Amino acid sequence: MSAGIETWVDEHGDALYNYALSRLRNPSSAEDVVQETFLAAHRSLSDFSGRSSPRTWLIGILKHKVIDLIRKESREQPIEEIETMEAPEEEFFDRKGHWRIKPVDWQVHPGKVLEQKEFMAVLLQCLKHLPDRLHRLFILRELEDMSSAEICKELEITSSNLWVMLHRARMRLRGCLTENWIGGQSC
Amino acid sequence: MLTCKEVSTLVSESLDHSLPLRQRMGVRFHLMMCSMCRTYKKQTLQLRDAMRTYARREPTEHLSKEARQRIKNALKTDGK
Repeated sequence: MSAGIETWVDEHGDALYNYALSRLRNPSSAEDVVQETFLAAHRSLSDFSGRSSPRTWLIGILKHKVIDLIRKESREQPIEEIETMEAPEEEFFDRKGHWRIKPVDWQVHPGKVLEQKEFMAVLLQCLKHLPDRLHRLFILRELEDMSSAEICKELEITSSNLWVMLHRARMRLRGCLTENWIGGQSC
Repeated sequence: MLTCKEVSTLVSESLDHSLPLRQRMGVRFHLMMCSMCRTYKKQTLQLRDAMRTYARREPTEHLSKEARQRIKNALKTDGK
């Protein structure tokens, strides 16, 4: 039956790879986790009922593998280390808590497809520069759409830690987008 | 009155859990008076929307020929 699955590698390999790469950032980890997914699918092919599409089924397996890997990486980085690092707040606020750099509208118009594409390209670059620990949490929250409670349980962190880290990720991304997004300013 | 720094934290937190009434009122009051924090709030929501678009986008990267072959070879030998 491996011949059938091999066809799936050609048909769905890119979609799975993109899914993994957007969550893990590292191409070799993404390839490994895609390979593990196809092997797991091969071993449990009898569970595939055909009620969902093969791609949906494969992505379901991949999703678990990605979260397992994120959990493993997160355990290797103790939370105490996180608490003292990556505090961008000081860059953006003065001692009285006022904005040091005034937030400026990004001017992305929903109808302008090209402008949105360019905006997404800048966002991708900004995501690449996010520190690993912030990236992991941000991805689970915003791409996997996991709730705060689920993330805290998976990664064994407190909710207050999670919220601080997510805020820092958003502040960094917002700052990076403001610095690098020039669309909308030209006519 | 809450500072902009406090409001920025609470606006972000409101995307992850519902704030107690008192904080919610404090944020709302501050936002009425402060256009900079209103812009900040708009940006956090735009960021969330952009991530949803990102999650749904068509594949842009390709699995290399080598990786593809490696996976196929692994499947052939799997369970043998």
